[in-house]
Amino acid sequence: MIAYIVRRLLYAVPILIGVNLLTFALFFFVNSPDDMARIHLGMKRVTPEAIAKWKEDRGYDKPLLYNSRAAGADKFTDTIFFRHSVRLFVFDFGRSDQGRNIGRDIMSRMWPSLAIALPTFLVGILVNITFAMLLAFFRGSYLDTWGVVVAVIMMSISTLFYVIGGQYLVSKLLHLVPISGYDTGVEAIKFIILPVIIGVIGGIGSSTRLYRTFFLEEINKDYVRTARAKGLSELRVLFHHVLKNAMIPILTGVVVIIPLLFIGSLIMESFFGIPGLGSYTIDAINSQDFAIVRAMVFLGSVLYIIGLILTDISYTVVDPRVRLN
Amino acid sequence: MPFQPVFLVTDVLIYVLLTAAIAFGVYASRREHLRAPWRQVARRPLAMAAMVILSAYVFIGLLDSVHFRERLPDQDQYSSEVLSLLDKIATPLRTRVEKTYSAPFAVHGFTKETVEHPDGSITREYPRLLYGGAHLEDPRDRTADIVKRGAVATLEGGIVWVFLVGAFVLLWRRPGEQFMHALRRLARGDSDLPWRTILVTIGALILVGSYSVNMALHYHILGTDQVGQDVFYKSLKSIRTGLVIGTLTTLVMLPFALVLGVMAGYFRGWVDDVIQYTYTTLSSIPGVLLIAAAILSLQVYMANHPESFETVVARADTRLLFLTIILGVTSWTSLCRLLRGETLKLREVDYIQAARALGVGNVRIMMRHLFPNVMHIVLITVVLDFSGLVLAEAVLSYVGIGVDPSMDSWGNMINSARLEMAREPMVWWSLAAAFVFMFGLVLAANLFSDAVRDAFDPRLRK
Repeated sequence: MIAYIVRRLLYAVPILIGVNLLTFALFFFVNSPDDMARIHLGMKRVTPEAIAKWKEDRGYDKPLLYNSRAAGADKFTDTIFFRHSVRLFVFDFGRSDQGRNIGRDIMSRMWPSLAIALPTFLVGILVNITFAMLLAFFRGSYLDTWGVVVAVIMMSISTLFYVIGGQYLVSKLLHLVPISGYDTGVEAIKFIILPVIIGVIGGIGSSTRLYRTFFLEEINKDYVRTARAKGLSELRVLFHHVLKNAMIPILTGVVVIIPLLFIGSLIMESFFGIPGLGSYTIDAINSQDFAIVRAMVFLGSVLYIIGLILTDISYTVVDPRVRLN
Repeated sequence: MPFQPVFLVTDVLIYVLLTAAIAFGVYASRREHLRAPWRQVARRPLAMAAMVILSAYVFIGLLDSVHFRERLPDQDQYSSEVLSLLDKIATPLRTRVEKTYSAPFAVHGFTKETVEHPDGSITREYPRLLYGGAHLEDPRDRTADIVKRGAVATLEGGIVWVFLVGAFVLLWRRPGEQFMHALRRLARGDSDLPWRTILVTIGALILVGSYSVNMALHYHILGTDQVGQDVFYKSLKSIRTGLVIGTLTTLVMLPFALVLGVMAGYFRGWVDDVIQYTYTTLSSIPGVLLIAAAILSLQVYMANHPESFETVVARADTRLLFLTIILGVTSWTSLCRLLRGETLKLREVDYIQAARALGVGNVRIMMRHLFPNVMHIVLITVVLDFSGLVLAEAVLSYVGIGVDPSMDSWGNMINSARLEMAREPMVWWSLAAAFVFMFGLVLAANLFSDAVRDAFDPRLRK
């Protein structure tokens, strides 16, 4: 087991190198640091000195890959690639183009993101599985047919409408919770509750329909018939036999998301003014802060790869047929 | 020539896609094993209703994909403004621009203005709109006028529909069958294909169209936006954006996914390793972030190379194309993985083994035996992805990494609605229009893709 995890982690290294090279190419080869400087300093009337200073302040004045003027190992380390891309591997995110410490920003903004994303995730799974089992239990009936119809209708509505509609209804008309904002401690609950509910509702349509097919696939298998033939009640069959086996395909899609919960949701956080990593990214995009976007791309990939490893491990937990080696 | 055709890059790609779709249709119609699943799709009333609605969207989108520049009157030059056929048809909608917001069917403006009367007195009041309800002598006649026009529209639409049904029954009835008998058979739903549903859906569309045409010439039926543009016109223009994102993304990624996926599964060994490494790397970057990074780079490039983009339309089109490409890059990986898995299974099947034993070349095996046998996966993925991509456009435009802000899209409409919702009284019509148009397209696409999946997925076949 441990040997397997170690091997998977080692396998992740070349992938992260690939991600790193890709983002480096995207940010430094497609556009030179001069172009970036010009965007930030305003397009017109920029003196070469201002550009040079901007680059120097941020360490973009070095050569890209190979510094012929430096001595010894510095030939490779005193470059943009080493300073800005390789350092990401030790989670040294450096400073943003505005001069803020990205690493510290991420540490402090992670928690609000998690406060929204984790409840949404947990409640979402619970609700979706419940609805899907309900539809599977009443399969073929009117409830099932109309449930699927409602699910298709719900998944045809953009998340943006759920957010705008929910905010309008709950906050503006009914005045139940504040429209947006965030607070620490217990006070945070009143800011968290609406995004969580909307996030859950937005995901019900597609997930319920998907999980329903997983349940129906299992229900038609032989072992279920055997269980029924033994005289077990339909509920017992559903909970003890079908649910356990249907969890395997459900886990594939679910576990991989868990690490990504840290970086939160762009839409939810920007609509509700949550100071998390999602709104951090959006602000960075809008102010064209390349350093932050680069850091977030790398962080996102790391978390995704961790998610993949967790998925494989979770298989061995729920499915004894799967052995890791 | 009175006009000069303009071919935007996305236009050309749409023509390519259309040609490919027609060619595939002709190809499939001659082969029973391909015709059978499509027949199964065609037998589902819901799927056919969805298809009628999708066709209406596609028709408008195609009208909007034929671009040209008009010759300026009395001059030997062409206008710098690029128009599409849809712009030309909807000229009244396009040119009747109010000053600012106005509600649907409004005759008065949304904000108070200082009006100077002929007798010299000055008052603050809601001014009459320049075009919306301008034909009314007395604005109080509005309701009566709308009801009257509504009745006319219903009547006209009804007549067109009755003629259409009549013509259909004449063509459709069995040889020697009485007209009334065939009509009753149709009304009972006693036909091979669900013609009753199809005709009712077409009737509903005709009615909607008839209402729009009758009303839109005299009112702003969905109101106007901040700069006084007709929201109905904007919604129609957004259709092309949605369709381009939903279809061209697939077109862009398909060759990569198909060739690489099948190669990885067929050759295995180092080819498989390299391809797997490529798509794992790409898919491990969260999609939104990759798109953000790419669009940011594009923005910088565009800002530094303004000379490469002649017109605003060309600029917006380049960004749209780039967005489809980058969306394609983020979405080909899952299809590639599916195709690799399927090919791994297929390469052990007898007929492939036999072909190899007989010395058939690798390329030929892939072309003749592998591609046709993974086509159902491609088709299912393509139709299932479509609605997700249309929805993604809205989210990306909202985040600021979607289509160009100057381009009409549902995402941009929703984005502007965010500020409009905070106004008092609330400006809700842009949001509502974007919602209705998007919902119609996505729901129809979802219903249709369900039917396609059920018909083509061998696991679901009974």
